[in-house]
Amino acid sequence: MAMVQAKSIIYRKLAAHAFLWAWLALIIFPLLMVIAISFRTGNFAVGDIIPSHPTLDHWRLALGMSIVDESGRTIPPPFPVLLWLWNSIKVASVSAVLIVALSTTCAYAFARLRFGGRSLLLKAMLVFQMFPAVLALVAYYALFSRISDYFPPLGLNTHPGLIFAYLGGIALHVWTIKGYFETIDKSLEESATLDGASPWQAFRLILLPLSVPILAVVFILAFITAITEYPVASILLQDESKLTLAVGSQYYLNPQEYKWGDFAAAAVLSGFPITLVFLLAQRWLVGGLTAGGVKG
Amino acid sequence: MASAAATGQGIAAPVRPAAHWLKWAIIGVIGLVNLYAVTLMYIQGETIFALVTLILVATGLYVFAAPGAYVHRYIFPGVATMFIFIVFPLAYTIWIAFTNYSATNILTFERARAYQLSQSFQIADQSFDFALYGAGTNTYRLALTAADGERFLSPPVELRVPGAGPQPPASTAAIEVDLLPATAPPAAEPLPIKDLVRLRGVLQEVRAHLPNHTDLRMSGLRQFSAIRPLYQVLPSAQGGDGLILVNQQTKERIAPDMRSGFYRALTPEGEFTGPGIAPGFSVFVGWKNFLRVLTDPGVQGPFLQIFGWTLTFSLLSVIFTLAIGMVLAALVQWESLAGRGLYRLLLILPYAVPAFISILVFRGLFNQNFGEINVLLSQLFGIKPAWFNDPTLARTMLLIVNTWLGYPYMMILCMGLLKAIPSDLYEAAAMDGSNFIRDFFSITVPLLMKPLTPLLIASFAFNFNNFVLVQLLTEGRPDIIGAQTPAGTTDLLVTYTYRIAFEGSGQDYGLASAIATLIFIMVGVLALINIKIMRVDRPT
Repeated sequence: MAMVQAKSIIYRKLAAHAFLWAWLALIIFPLLMVIAISFRTGNFAVGDIIPSHPTLDHWRLALGMSIVDESGRTIPPPFPVLLWLWNSIKVASVSAVLIVALSTTCAYAFARLRFGGRSLLLKAMLVFQMFPAVLALVAYYALFSRISDYFPPLGLNTHPGLIFAYLGGIALHVWTIKGYFETIDKSLEESATLDGASPWQAFRLILLPLSVPILAVVFILAFITAITEYPVASILLQDESKLTLAVGSQYYLNPQEYKWGDFAAAAVLSGFPITLVFLLAQRWLVGGLTAGGVKG
Repeated sequence: MASAAATGQGIAAPVRPAAHWLKWAIIGVIGLVNLYAVTLMYIQGETIFALVTLILVATGLYVFAAPGAYVHRYIFPGVATMFIFIVFPLAYTIWIAFTNYSATNILTFERARAYQLSQSFQIADQSFDFALYGAGTNTYRLALTAADGERFLSPPVELRVPGAGPQPPASTAAIEVDLLPATAPPAAEPLPIKDLVRLRGVLQEVRAHLPNHTDLRMSGLRQFSAIRPLYQVLPSAQGGDGLILVNQQTKERIAPDMRSGFYRALTPEGEFTGPGIAPGFSVFVGWKNFLRVLTDPGVQGPFLQIFGWTLTFSLLSVIFTLAIGMVLAALVQWESLAGRGLYRLLLILPYAVPAFISILVFRGLFNQNFGEINVLLSQLFGIKPAWFNDPTLARTMLLIVNTWLGYPYMMILCMGLLKAIPSDLYEAAAMDGSNFIRDFFSITVPLLMKPLTPLLIASFAFNFNNFVLVQLLTEGRPDIIGAQTPAGTTDLLVTYTYRIAFEGSGQDYGLASAIATLIFIMVGVLALINIKIMRVDRPT
């Protein structure tokens, strides 16, 4: 009996491995393809999957260097990919820092202080975060064109304006941090208050240092959300030099000017660091993800 | 902050007078600046934005100034940004749904009125011969002579050709020049005509004012003519109500038509006649946009088709990603399988790559002529499917790509939940002679479904509004034939509203907002169902 069972387990294991490898081959194929395409000559598929004449031209263009083609013409880089990546990182880091600051102070009040409308506000936040910003793009555009009229540095086509718009998405983070604060024992803060510390001091000097892990998770979540955000950025940003990567990348695959090879190099170059950040952080993120809805 | 905090606690802490005064000075300055901005907005007719600014700033100042509102200082910044960027856009979208706000009716009534009142026309029979005399570098004097010989001369005026020389380019605002009566022309020779040609651009910006307050503008190289405002408000003595404007050229009366959002001509009986005069302004139109969605065949047909596809797409996306994610999670959690960590990492990869990049990668790979998928298919089977031009294939492609993007999320969720299933259940089943397939369907699936339900509803709502996928992969194409508004067979309701609002010539924000409002209602219902299910779950 035991022998038979062991044998059937071996078969099952083999079947499981075979299935997983077949599935992985299917899933990873597009990603490997893009890497191959980024080294292939020209911008069109020529029939072979592994490039026969590897070239670094697409990578040079992606890194902002001009190349000289066979007829001696100098081809400048089609798009400022590195600038777009920098714009994305800038917008994402600043908005993530501000989101952490805003949601931490909010979460502190919700977790530790008592005030009118507390539970109503908490519930309202849960409901309102279900409505995606993409449904209100007209309102966003109208709002920012008004801000442009009265205070241009925060208006349309500015990075501060985009960062400002991203600050609206803090509801889930407030819930996450509030949940974490509630797991920390109150007695430390209470004894500090007895010694004359103000609520701000108790929050700043005792609670915050204890909450660094959750703040890091929220920072990374907010960072990834901002760097992959497309609709709001596509409405607010207009100049090519101001675009974020998410908005700019699509211009490579314009049917009139199809730059498939150049896109592949730019995609690998810019997608790699973001993917790496996500994979490194995923152990800590999984908990936050299961608690809070779907990746946007 | 520390001193303010102490006051909030009711502990008598010494407040430094300098800090105290500084705080009140800052609050005063912010208050005054905003009061000015709000007044400005209100005058421009931006009542909603003026009101929102006023409420936000007033609340903010109160929260940070009043000791009693100390606790609210912690939540005000966060709640205020959520109000500006979530609640207000929602409410404003619903408001726009009841107006005719669009590319043709974009201004407020006040601005449209100001635009009409700023129009002017030239009176040809009041023209003056014109000559220009040099008076130093880039400085000139204008000399005008009326038909009856009356002469006028201007003081020296600076006229710069934009972009010429090292000077900064001249501004495009009108150049105001006051003319004074003169008895004789200046002694110097007038500038030759080639200089007038050179300076023509700037001269057209000159508004010359006669001593009797007639305004003149260049009407030819050697001629200035009187200009008058095209419209004037009809005086109340003649039955004007402040809204009726009179065209000074044709004496036609026009009035704002508050139903169509345009100025229109009036018949002598006071009825509207003729087409609207641009620019239009946005007015309240009631349920008109909603009625168009529900009854107008050119809008209703595509709307229902897109609505049906949106539901199908969201449902199939959830089913596919869940089925694949659950099977993979069960495999990867199987403890006797070697290399589970590596499988896990590789299986999550599609989730780790930013979606905007992987969607564009698929867009390239699926390309009919240059894409690698068709190169493979034509080598293997000799077929080249038109992924982007055939509605069914395009929809299939969307589902394939969305499953690729979404299954790792379901896998992560299921892996977390699988850990909570006690292993003695499987042992008991094994005693009863169950196999692993029966285990999966009679233990794993039923036990996972209950905690998964709210997450599946959230995932359904997310895919219902999966803007980025459709916008970056197909842009809604191929188009629906015969649609009045831009609409595609792969459009979801969100991308459809985006297209109505921001693409094509119509840019009908009102209609787009009406559809967005309908989506709000559906999402709201889903949210409520979700909260109900979670609440039912909580006590167990």
